[in-house]
Amino acid sequence: MNILSLRRALSWKGLGLLYMLACYGFIFLPVIVLVLFSFQDGRLPVPPFHGPTLFWYGEVLANSRLVAAMGNSFLVGVGSSLLSLVLGFLAAYGLARYRLRGRSLIRGFLVLPMAVSYLIVGMGLLVMASWAHIAPSLWLVGISHVVINMPLAFALCAAQFSETQARIEMAAGDLGASLPRILLQVTVPMMAPTLIAAFILCFTLSWDEFLSAFLLSRFEITLPVAIWGILRGGLNPQTNAIGSLVFFGVVALALIAEALLFRKKKNSA
Amino acid sequence: MSEVTVRKTPDGMKGFLFTLPALAWLATFFAAPLLAMIVISLRDSATGQIGIGNFTRIFMEKSYESALLNSVALTATVTVASLLLAYPLAYSIVTVLSRRMQRVALTFAVLPFWTSYVVRSYAWLLVLAPTGFLNRLLLALGLIHTHLRLAYTPTATEIGFVHFFIMLDTLTIYASLVQINPRLALAARDLGASSLRTFLTVTLPLSVPGIAVGAFLTIVLCLGDYVTPQILGGMRAIVLPQTVMMQIQKHLDLPMASAMSLVLTLIMALAYLGLRRFLDAGERSR
Repeated sequence: MNILSLRRALSWKGLGLLYMLACYGFIFLPVIVLVLFSFQDGRLPVPPFHGPTLFWYGEVLANSRLVAAMGNSFLVGVGSSLLSLVLGFLAAYGLARYRLRGRSLIRGFLVLPMAVSYLIVGMGLLVMASWAHIAPSLWLVGISHVVINMPLAFALCAAQFSETQARIEMAAGDLGASLPRILLQVTVPMMAPTLIAAFILCFTLSWDEFLSAFLLSRFEITLPVAIWGILRGGLNPQTNAIGSLVFFGVVALALIAEALLFRKKKNSA
Repeated sequence: MSEVTVRKTPDGMKGFLFTLPALAWLATFFAAPLLAMIVISLRDSATGQIGIGNFTRIFMEKSYESALLNSVALTATVTVASLLLAYPLAYSIVTVLSRRMQRVALTFAVLPFWTSYVVRSYAWLLVLAPTGFLNRLLLALGLIHTHLRLAYTPTATEIGFVHFFIMLDTLTIYASLVQINPRLALAARDLGASSLRTFLTVTLPLSVPGIAVGAFLTIVLCLGDYVTPQILGGMRAIVLPQTVMMQIQKHLDLPMASAMSLVLTLIMALAYLGLRRFLDAGERSR
């Protein structure tokens, strides 16, 4: 390589790095402003920055409506994710281990909700609930979250069933284990990292889902709906604080999920 | 498929039983509500008549029609802008960084989006508001002398969307780009093609699946989103999901809201049919 083309390559590389830096600046700008001004010592989360103070975090924890909403979101998230996981896991197992007629049709139907926007899922349940005179409630929100998340849990599980596992399951069967026992003591432990990661992903999506929760709840509300209520008050450091809290919590969960999936890859490699 | 994973017919019924709970759940809480929506959308809530009146109103009445057009225009702008900005980013990540650093770069690209979805739009309000971060910064630097009107405009909605979809498109385009064998580009160069020609005739066509997946996700998510335009967009250019919510909350008109949601779904289906050729190309090459 001569000097000229080396210089050209370097300048292209420099340009690429510069562009990356600009994009990352754009991507990070709002979250940095959000977190920084959650520590604002003043009533407006805008420059100039005063502080830092933890006052607004205290306000969030003293806000009974927000805390109750967090509890509701936690319940709906855990419940809907567990059910999504059980249904998705069983369906993936059935499709992976047995020859079914119309398997591609079944598979297609099971992932169909992923191709439809949350607005449609929520609207549909709202229409059906109002037709059956069922009042909006957290139960309906949870039901919609299973519709939204089960296809995902199914797809994640389906991608992880392997030949090796099937052989081990057959070995367990030859040794006299019943099917439920094989599932609980062989399959589930082998799939544990995937199951935990899928659970965390489902929980995260449920925790953050707004539109169908907004449509399907009334008195008891989830956290995104409660935050939506506060947003009407305009710029407020308390909103920054709750946003930052969610951010740190979800990042921690994501790191755990990532570590689990990554460890799994390493083991199988 | 080998004989180990798949057992013979007697077990087929048992396998079906495993999928039954999931199928029943979706039939009851997804398919049936969707059918109910279709049925109810055919009823005029004022007169109680059955027909396609709600649908013709969406395309004939000025306010609905402009919401529909706003939605389509917004989605088109966001899709194109996000792809144009994301492609160079994904390309830079693949060509400039080492494999290890690529992983770090992608993790970092996703990181800011782990904040709450509702709060994400609010965070842009913090940046774009008249007294917000950007205006204060530009004023302090002496670059502007009066506040720029950024928040509560269609531009703010576009910025909020593009922010999210740059990240998403970068991921899908990156996934396509890393799969391309680097020897193909080297071969083209050895045969005398310029770097621009190599890119246009080798790299770009091979990355089409990533572009198509990104475009499709952008269209579906952007068309169906209510939060971003509602928080950032102001009231000047209302989009279809906003009118859907208005039908539900203000007018309590579920039939009309259902009809609008179905029109939205129809547009998404059209987008899928339009992009299908390219999406399938990605499936086949795998």
